Amino acid sequence: MAEAIVQVHNVTKIYKRDKMEIPVLQNITIDVPEGEFLALMGPSGSGKTTLLNLIAGIDRPNSGSIVIAGTDISTLKDSALAKWRSRHVGFVFQFYNLLPVLTAYENVELPLLLTHLSKKEKREHVEMALNVVGLSDRMKHYPKQLSGGQEQRVAIARAIVTDPTIIVADEPTGDLDKKSADEILLLMERLNSEFKKTIVMVTHDPHAAEKAHVIRHLEKGDLLDK
Amino acid sequence: MRILKLVSKNLLRHKLRTFLTVLGLAFAVFAFGFLRTIVTAWYSGVESSSTSRLITRHAVSFIYPLPLSYRDQIGKIPGVSSVSYAYWFQGVYKDNTFDNFFPRFAIDAENFLEMYPEFVIPFDQLETFKKERNSCIVGKKIMEKYSWKIGDVIPIDGDIFPGKWEFVIRGIYRGKDRTTDETQMFFQWSYLEEQLKQRTPYRSGQVGWYTIKIANANDAATVSENVDALFVNSSAKTKTETEKAFQQGFVSLSSAILTSMEVISYVIIGIILLVLANTIIMSARERIREYAVLKTLGFTSGHIIGLVAGESLIIAAIGGCLGIAFTFPMAAAVASGFPTMFPVFNVELSTIVLAMTFSLLVGVLASIFPAVRAARIKIVDGLRQIG
Repeated sequence: MAEAIVQVHNVTKIYKRDKMEIPVLQNITIDVPEGEFLALMGPSGSGKTTLLNLIAGIDRPNSGSIVIAGTDISTLKDSALAKWRSRHVGFVFQFYNLLPVLTAYENVELPLLLTHLSKKEKREHVEMALNVVGLSDRMKHYPKQLSGGQEQRVAIARAIVTDPTIIVADEPTGDLDKKSADEILLLMERLNSEFKKTIVMVTHDPHAAEKAHVIRHLEKGDLLDK
Repeated sequence: MRILKLVSKNLLRHKLRTFLTVLGLAFAVFAFGFLRTIVTAWYSGVESSSTSRLITRHAVSFIYPLPLSYRDQIGKIPGVSSVSYAYWFQGVYKDNTFDNFFPRFAIDAENFLEMYPEFVIPFDQLETFKKERNSCIVGKKIMEKYSWKIGDVIPIDGDIFPGKWEFVIRGIYRGKDRTTDETQMFFQWSYLEEQLKQRTPYRSGQVGWYTIKIANANDAATVSENVDALFVNSSAKTKTETEKAFQQGFVSLSSAILTSMEVISYVIIGIILLVLANTIIMSARERIREYAVLKTLGFTSGHIIGLVAGESLIIAAIGGCLGIAFTFPMAAAVASGFPTMFPVFNVELSTIVLAMTFSLLVGVLASIFPAVRAARIKIVDGLRQIG
């Protein structure tokens, strides 16, 4: 078995709403080996998106450690964590979250603005990413000129353009029709099998979860046994 | 693509909103610049005053004359290089409207104009002026306004000095620089004196004030005291002060208006701040989710602050530049429309710098609250915002 690239150990997350404390994750431990395609499932409020956010470094645990590719991200300061995210995480959102004022090309180029690549290298990376998702012919299109499925494919291109260590996807097919959802899932499978990307995906959809190697269920903040 | 390009694309997201904000800023900066120009124009006489010239006038008021006999006594005071004198003539040209008003002075033809190097007069014209008793020298702007030429006769109806007066134009003076008043008319005091002796003999032998040139500007206080001490027991006591203080005395008559204008100009800056802050706050609030996405991609809080502040600064800079640009044609229109009311009406470099500085300062201030709020928002909270 491959070495765990994601190591979540004894992680607890509690949200505070005014004076109320709402425990979302309780003492979670999970390892994700390099190259795995993991699906996190569970009902609303089970804590699956929170766990995904913690793995992606966009939220912090109250206790426990999260080590990604050898870095304990729970100890990193905000600026260091931002830098780490730019290098190691590709995030795919449910609602694509493309910037409407930028073309598909410019949206995909966004993460590269934080790198020291030359203009030519950036262009090569962006063109390659858009080529992988099959949108080479839509580079100059704005999000409003694309279908939902195409927007999500641009979002995936944006997630892979920096060649991140892991790809995290939060309900990537949740806002799509079945045909588009299948295309996206096929693309995710390809990223995993062909490009050996480690993927952690949150989904409600059992059909989507079927594409993953491993499915883990969360319920009321607890990770159920495999 | 650079961050700046993202800022510029965000600016064009709501074109009408951005356009109206820029326009609002431009008008506000224009109003600020125009009011400041009026204030500086009002003070131009003070600012262009020489530090080596003193004015001696009647201690009670400027309107009371002084005896001509003071001239020689003042000239003997240590530190005094030369003494000249002038008399406010006033009179009416054409009609009594402000449009046809311009300052008219009777001056000592021998040396008054030499004491004012800022009035540039061709040598031959000055010599002719000195030789002809009823000649006059007129400022370039007034010559152009009335399309006069040398040799023309200016008829004036006297009011302070009643009667019909005629002056032949023998010279035109130009200002040494753009701060010099080119709307005045000078004629020989000796012509006035000659006429007064015939018409109202009891008013002869008097002058309005003395202009004293001192060798060292640092001696101004001492020389002033010595001049006034000389006439302290006479029937016409004097008050001597620097030309700047003398001019300031005139300006202070309208100080309340000028202070109001200055206050209004700063209130306008406050209004600009509110207008821009409102726009930037709206824009930033609409984009909280996008900022959260950018942070997810690895952009830092500093980047987010840069995006918000950059947008604010660009709007402020464009509005400021447009506002300043609007000020120039307006100032030119006022200068040509009211040459005697504002003989010097220039948009000063200090006004441009002040207007631009305030514009950029407003750009920074307007963005502080929305930028900090956008930078501080947690990613998970930002992503929950409905975009």
